[in-house]
Amino acid sequence: MSLSVEIYQPFEGFELDVSFRVPRGVTVLFGSSGSGKTSVVNAVAGLVHPKMSKVAVEGAVLSDTDKGIWLPPHRRGLGYVFQEGRLFPHLSVQKNLLYGQWFARHRSGEGDFGEVVDMLGLGALLERRPNELSGGEKQRVAIGRALLAKPKLILADEPLAALDEARKAEILPYFETLRDEISVPILYVSHSIAEVARLATTVVALKDGKVANIGAAADVLGDPAFTPAGVRAVGALLQARIVKHHADGLSELDASGIPLLLPKLPQEIGHQVRVRIAAHDVILSRDEPKGLSALNVLHGVIHAVRAGDGPGAIVSIDTASGRVLARVTRRSAQALGLDVGVSCYAIVKTVSVAPEDIGGL
Amino acid sequence: MNGWLGPEEWDAVRLSLRVAGWAVAASIGPGVFVAYVLARWRFPGRQVLNVVVHLPLVLPPVATGYLLLLTFGVQAPLGGLLSQFGIVFAFRWTGAALAAAVMAFPFLVRSIRLSIEAVDPKLEQAASTLGASKPWVFLTVTLPMILPGILAGAVMAFAKAMGEFGATITFVANIPGETRTVPSAIHTFLQIPGGEGAVFKLIFIAVLIATFALVLSEYLARKIARKVGQK
Repeated sequence: MSLSVEIYQPFEGFELDVSFRVPRGVTVLFGSSGSGKTSVVNAVAGLVHPKMSKVAVEGAVLSDTDKGIWLPPHRRGLGYVFQEGRLFPHLSVQKNLLYGQWFARHRSGEGDFGEVVDMLGLGALLERRPNELSGGEKQRVAIGRALLAKPKLILADEPLAALDEARKAEILPYFETLRDEISVPILYVSHSIAEVARLATTVVALKDGKVANIGAAADVLGDPAFTPAGVRAVGALLQARIVKHHADGLSELDASGIPLLLPKLPQEIGHQVRVRIAAHDVILSRDEPKGLSALNVLHGVIHAVRAGDGPGAIVSIDTASGRVLARVTRRSAQALGLDVGVSCYAIVKTVSVAPEDIGGL
Repeated sequence: MNGWLGPEEWDAVRLSLRVAGWAVAASIGPGVFVAYVLARWRFPGRQVLNVVVHLPLVLPPVATGYLLLLTFGVQAPLGGLLSQFGIVFAFRWTGAALAAAVMAFPFLVRSIRLSIEAVDPKLEQAASTLGASKPWVFLTVTLPMILPGILAGAVMAFAKAMGEFGATITFVANIPGETRTVPSAIHTFLQIPGGEGAVFKLIFIAVLIATFALVLSEYLARKIARKVGQK
């Protein structure tokens, strides 16, 4: 396990009691505000000192209350990307970027200045001051600054939350690049299901200071009981490879043998992508559909049906491409006889898949 | 200028500049430290420290001067101890500098403290996550950002030190060439019939120096503020 965290801290009327061990990649700490996400990240960073904590990154112990170990933040060798960037206003972009590198100069690790500048597209900004940057540019510099500190682990506390939608779409791919091209594990705090779907290798869902759900992203998102952000945010993840870009503005993907047609993707042919299919965009049919305008049909077997408190139910279907979630009414579920083990077809309209739901693998 | 100013007046101006210069230069280090302690640390005696620092502001200057005399006079325990090491304050220009420093200290601390309170501790946190220990955080983040405040405080303290009279005359008297600063000289000339000419010249010089200091600090503060990205 790459990162193991155990934290206990009683607050007034609230108890943070979190424990998880996760593999490399991006671990998204997911939960609504007040669930304790930021407290966990700050405890990992050493910025707050919980009553009990055991944190280890790649075998290095950062804190262990039982053994009396507590490294101060500057000796933890982490990189922290804050929500508000927190660039130093009195330093140029270049000096901001080099700040952590100077303190990490005796440590080996990732982080060649030229490479990072290229990867984040910062070349034209180096001489500027933070107050001359846009919100998106600031976050790119903040990512670069954290990366150049040669971190064992990158912490990111809702790094997109302060940005508008367009800027979010600009920054998110950089985190995908970090995940895919740099071997540094990332602990990423988010309350956005779209960010979870695009970034997470592992999801740790927090609720009221406790771990409510933990597992690989596709498993957690494919769990019909996982409705942390309300039933509207439920949706499963599929992995697919781009096969062809059609002239009519569609991209054809191969999801483990099942063809998927999606609005044209920017990635090249052969690229693996992950696609989030929102449960409310999926229609179910017991019979093979014919004469439908919807282009994507996934055949599978029902794995679980979970009826909620309202009129809806969430059905999970195991298909050859992976698990798909569908949100239907309880009435339809009954009328169609949707039960565990029943064979059915999940139908997805091409245009219902939003571009922000599709990301690099 | 020597022709215009008499040697006595010239001595007073030079002495005042030296006294105020040393008073401020020696106070900046302790001033930053005390301001930082008051702004950031929470400890039981904090209010006591705050009151002690501000005491010279509210106490009659004569009283401050007398207390200095009681502490640093040659007969006093501390003054006697220091004189063993050749450090003598009483009736020396160094004593005038000490009196000026004590009187100017609240102005210096107040200005620096306000600028420290304006520094977002989140930036210091960010620096610590990037590997900077507390002293490094202070040197590379806090200090550059509070430079305008230090400068403004230093100029205010300098102006206060130039004008200090009550504590100085009580502590180190009014010795020509040693402790007769500009305010003491003005006071002396006012006692002499026909001394008004010298008085006006000294007042003119005091105004000149004060104005110059203010303009300079304004200019530097603006330059530094631009450099630290606050404007």
